[in-house]
Order: sequence, then C-alpha cells, then structure tokens
Amino acid sequence: METLWFIIVAFMITMYVVLDGFDLGVGVLYLLLGTSDSDRQTMLKTIAPFWDGNEVWLLAAGGTLYFAFPMLYASSFSGFYLPLMIVLWLLMLRGAGIELRHQLHHPMWKSFWDVVFSLSSVLLVVFFGAALGNVIRGVPLHQDGYFFEPLWTTFTVVPEAGILDWFTVLIGLVALFTLTAHGAHYISMKTTGDIQIRARSYAAMSWWGVLLTSILALVATSSIRPEIWNNYAEHPWGYIFPLGGILGLAGMYIFPSRGKDTSSFLSSTLFIVSMLSATAFGLYPHLLPSSTDPQYSLTVYNAAAQHYGLSVGLLWWIVGMLLAGGYFTYLYRSFRGKVSSGAEGEMY
Amino acid sequence: MNDALLIDRLQFGFTIAYHYIFPQLTMGLSLVIVVLKGMYLWKRDERYNNATRFLARIFAINFFVGVITGIPMEFQFGTNWARFSKFAGGVIGQTLAMEGVFSFFLESSFLGLFLFGEEKLGKRGHFVSALLVFIGSWLSGYLIVATNAWMQHPVGYQIASDGSAQLTSFWDLLLNPWVGWQYVHTMSGSVVTAGFVVASIGAYYVLAQRDTDYGKLFVHVGVVTGIIASIIVLFPTGDQQGKNVALHQPVTLAAMEGLFKTKEGAELTLIGQPDIEGQKMDNPLHIPNMLSFLTYNRWKAEVKGLDAFPRDQWPDNIPLLYYSYHIMVGLGTIFIAITVVAGYLLWRRRLFSSRWMLWILMLSFPFPYIANTAGWMTAELGRQPWLAYGIMRTVQGTSPTVSAGNGLFTLLGFLGMYFVIGVLFLFLMIKKINHGPEKLLYET
Repeated sequence: METLWFIIVAFMITMYVVLDGFDLGVGVLYLLLGTSDSDRQTMLKTIAPFWDGNEVWLLAAGGTLYFAFPMLYASSFSGFYLPLMIVLWLLMLRGAGIELRHQLHHPMWKSFWDVVFSLSSVLLVVFFGAALGNVIRGVPLHQDGYFFEPLWTTFTVVPEAGILDWFTVLIGLVALFTLTAHGAHYISMKTTGDIQIRARSYAAMSWWGVLLTSILALVATSSIRPEIWNNYAEHPWGYIFPLGGILGLAGMYIFPSRGKDTSSFLSSTLFIVSMLSATAFGLYPHLLPSSTDPQYSLTVYNAAAQHYGLSVGLLWWIVGMLLAGGYFTYLYRSFRGKVSSGAEGEMY
Repeated sequence: MNDALLIDRLQFGFTIAYHYIFPQLTMGLSLVIVVLKGMYLWKRDERYNNATRFLARIFAINFFVGVITGIPMEFQFGTNWARFSKFAGGVIGQTLAMEGVFSFFLESSFLGLFLFGEEKLGKRGHFVSALLVFIGSWLSGYLIVATNAWMQHPVGYQIASDGSAQLTSFWDLLLNPWVGWQYVHTMSGSVVTAGFVVASIGAYYVLAQRDTDYGKLFVHVGVVTGIIASIIVLFPTGDQQGKNVALHQPVTLAAMEGLFKTKEGAELTLIGQPDIEGQKMDNPLHIPNMLSFLTYNRWKAEVKGLDAFPRDQWPDNIPLLYYSYHIMVGLGTIFIAITVVAGYLLWRRRLFSSRWMLWILMLSFPFPYIANTAGWMTAELGRQPWLAYGIMRTVQGTSPTVSAGNGLFTLLGFLGMYFVIGVLFLFLMIKKINHGPEKLLYET
C-alpha cells in the first residue's frame, strides 16, 4: 500500500512536470522567441486556457503527499522553508505575468509583465530542478526526522550543504534545458508560420544542452549517490526507464528537423516521464535520503499514514482521477489545434 | 509566547485573512452568475447574458488572486506547522487532498472553458461550464470547512502508537457534526458578500447615470440575494452554530459573549469592553436573560461563564475574540436591515428614485468582507489555545527547525507581495467597473 502511494505521488508530480512544464518552457523562451508583441500574444494564447489547470497538479500532488506521507510533508516543507516560499512567490509572479499583461494596452505595462513572466519561469524551473537534486543528494536529517537547509553554504556537496550547490544547480540546468525543449516543441505544435520555425530551431539548440547536462548529471549522480543503482542491479527490468529516456532523447533530436511537431512533443514528454521514473525507481523505498546518517532517511514505511486512511484514500483518488482525466481531455479537445496568431478581442 | 510561534501565527492569520477576501466573493458570485446565465437561457434576453459576461470579468480577477494567494495556505501547513502536519496529516490531509483532486481540477478546467469558450460551447454548454465552476468552488468550500471542523471538533480518528492522529472513519470526518451548519453559515456569508458587491456596482451605475439598464439589474439581483443570504446567515445557521459552540466549546462561548461569571438567566451583552484584569465588562449594554434563552431556549437556564473553566483552557486573546464576534453579529443584523428596506423599496418600485438608499447600497460593500473576516476570526481565536481542540495545543504545532528570523523574512515578503497584489487588484477592479457592461456587447 505504501509503495502504491509512492507511485501515485510520483505519478502526480510527473504529471505536473509534463503539463506545467510546457507552460514554464514557454515562459523561458518567451523573451527569446517572442520578438514582437504579436508573437508574444500568440505564445500566451497557447497556454492561456491551460496553465491554471496544469498548476493544480502541483497542489493536488502536495495534498496527496500530505495525507499519504504526513511525516515527509512535515519534514521536507519545513526543511526546505526558504526555497519553498520563494517558489510560492515566483508562482504568484508567473501567474501575474500571464494574467495581467493584457489588462492594459500600454507598451511599458506589457514589457514589464513580459519580463516578470519570463524571469519567474526561468527561476521556477531552476528551483524545481534543484529541489529534485536535493532529494537525490539527500538532506541533513536529524534523528527526529527534521532538518533545515539554508539556501546555500559553500556550493560544494557536503553533508551540511545548502539547497543550492554545484550538484543541485546542475540538476536545475538539466531541468532548464529539458523544459525549454519541451516548451519549444509545444509552441511549434500549437502555432504556424515564422514563430513555429523559430521554435523548432530553439528546440534543436536546447537539445545539445539537454544531452550535455544529462550526461554530466548522470556521472555526478553516480558518484554522489551510487546507491541509486542498487535497485537496478536487483531488478534489471527497471532499465526500461533509462531506456525510455534514451528513446525520448533520440526522438527529440530526430523529429523537430523533420517538422513532426507532435512527435517531438511526445518525445520530450517521454524523456521527462522516463527520467523522473528512473529517479523514483532508483530512490525507492527512500522518500528523502539522509546525508548525515543513512538510518535517519525517510522511507515509504516510516513516513506513511496508516493503512485505513491510505485505503480509503485510494477509493476516492481513483474516482477523482477518472473525473480529472475527463475534464482535461475535454478541455484540451475544446482548445485543440493551432492558435490564431496575434491579437483578437480582449481576453479576460 | 516565543517569537517563532507569534510569527507563525501572524503569517498564517495574515495570509488566510487576505486570501479569504477573494474566494468569499467568487463562491457567492459563481451562484449569481449561474442564476443570471439560467435567466438568459429561460428568457432569451441578451441583457442577462451580457451581465454575466461582465460579472465573469469581475469573477476572473478575484478567482485569479484567490488562486495565487491560496497556494501558500496548503504549503504553510508543512512549512510553518510541521509538528501539526506530522500529527494530523493522516486525517486532515484527506480533506485537503480531496480539495485538490475533486474541486480544483473541476474549477480550473471549466473556468478556462467558461472564460474562453463562449463561442465554442454554445449557450447550454456555456451554462454548464458556469454551473461546474460553481459546484467546484462550493465543494472546495465544503472540504475546507470540513478540515477546519476537525480542528474545532476532532472526530473519526485515534491516536496511534507514534503519537500521531490516524483516520478511523472517513464518513465521520466528512460528516463531522461541526460541519453542517458551519458550512451553510460560511457559504451564505459568501453570498452576502457577492450580493452586496453586485448591488453596489449596480447602485453606482444608476447613480452615475451610466449603464443604467445593467445597473438596475445588478441592484435587483444583489438586493434579492442579499435578503435571502443575510437571513440564512443569522437564522437558522448562525443560531445553530452558536449552539454547537455552547455544546462543544463552552469556554469559547463564554469568552465570545464576554460572560465572566456563571449564572442562571445570563444576560446578552450588546456593547461593552471586556476587562480581563478586573473580570468584568465595562460600559455594558445588556438584554437580561437573553443569552440563556438563545443558547438553551429557556430564560433561566444556567450558562457557564469563564470562571467555570481553568485559566489554561481560556482562549488566549479574549478581547479580540469578543470584538470579532460582536462585529460579526452586529454587521449581520445591519445587513438584514439594509437589504430588507431596499427590498421593500424595490417591491414598491421606489428604489431607483430613492437616491439615499442607492448611496447606502453603493457604499456598504466593504462591510460583508469585514463581517466574514470577523466571523472566521471568531472561529479561529475561539479555538485557541488549541490547534486541534482538546488534543493538540497551538504551541505544540510549529516547525522545530524554522527559526523566528526565517519566519519573519517570509512574513515581510508576504506583506510586501500582498500589498502589491492588492494595489493591482484594486486598479483592475476599478478599470473593469469603469469599462462597464454595455461596451462588452460590441466587443465579442
């Protein structure tokens, strides 16, 4: 049961990264790719009906984490106090950037919110990546299951490291390149003309970044947390996840140059899903490894709620997910296809 | 009170009070929008449809600020109240997670369709999306009130060997005896806010002699919803919730009412200042025996005063609790008076020539916000000194590793961020209201 909830929480986080990932990717590319006002409006239109629903996956994943693994929620949210609060503020700014720009037709107003939107998206991606890096590297858990990390200490990977050290920043860069490519694929899928072509070329450029940082991250992970390979040695079927990652990466190289935008987008989706699954597979049963004493690590067993709550939760979770799947299918179908370019009418 | 505890409480109190400005309008307004959209389907009068278009713009801004200020609420359970989360996550994590899974997905998906999809969906489809947004937001309200109800009156759990609370009955949690009246009370309070805001915008248009057709419609809708909702807030829901407090938190009732000494035939204090040091009310204005009657339906029933409880069970800020409660009740009574008089004038077809009443309607929109906030302050200050009533004290719930300095850093950050958001919000609201509904007809 605990394992099942580990998979469920990992699934919800992955859904968040895939869905809000392209919103964030659009944000990262926004200033680079959107050189004219009409290009920027087009890019915003591709995500306008969706971004809020996508962000809900983060909230729903947080809530699910809270009830399935209360100890993990308590420990990690208080331990990552500062970066989480900064992420909250960035999420607010990102949302404000999307929603406020079109409220006033003045170039200064627009350019201000454009920068807010793009900059907060970039920082969010790096912080989310760094958060994943922290989970892989481990945190200085005390015996009582709590810890506190400052934002940074010396930027080196030591037991008393901060949120940001060279390793977690590296994972942040992996996230940045990956979601940039993901967002570029999304834009080229939803648009036509000049912007579509330029999005493809940005996708091609960021691919090299993905490749380089992924290789570096792989090497670094193996040296910092070699235990991550233990599960693969015991259960070789787990290699299916890295294999999926390689396939995704190959697709991300092949499809954009041939103009197959949907396939490119599916490839980057496959890459994200595979890499996150591969990490989760390697970490299991750890939820939050300890960098001080391994026996203080939070695992699916010592952090989970009791059986009754988890089984009741499973019933409503399945119902809720079927409903949510229905809404999302309907929502994305209603706004499927390419968006028209530039301005038309006032948005809300 | 050590510093970190004070800062954690200030931060949660500030961010939740600020956050609730927005959902209290959108929950009520989603109902008004559904009603107007339904009227349009029924009467085929384009005026109703365009009125919803206008209200949807007001709704969208409020919903958006509600979303971005709502995310910190869920996070803060973990960031600032880690020991409470560890203790209670297995129980209240259920309702919080259900809110994400059942209502946020529903709301956010169909709000996108409602705002951007009027042409694609057609009339009925558009109505259904408005209806689903309404259902989503009212469901969200239920799950939050249910979460709070567990903190006010814990049920359906047992304490496990590691000291944490674990769920034993899902339905006890969802059907907590605390939740029923409290939910209807909260939601009708939200409809009062929406009614007053809609009436206020309408009164402005009528007085300013612009968009008058819509102005009259808004006044009409606002006053009618205002009458119904403000009566429900008082009776039966407020009355029944008061009895719930008397039953489950008698010491809170004594503090709310400013009753220091236990007595038979206790008086109801309308106005007065509690003097904690002297254990008495200063400058009181009483109705004799009324508190006994309201609580137990008997004029001479005994009501327990603060003296019947040990000091360490008393709420830790009795004056603020007392004032919050009295502001809520006082304003609630005034709302009934305003809406009933306006409703009478409307019925006699004299409202739109009674400029004084339109002025009152236009200017009174802030007061439901104050009353709703005071209501929640009554509930939350009344729960003190407990985090989960009777089983965990507030002082035991903080995060062990978050220092006061880090807490103050983020509290200041929230103050700054929310100030900016507040300024932008007001700017956009004024802009939308100034733009008005009439012009929207030619824009779509």
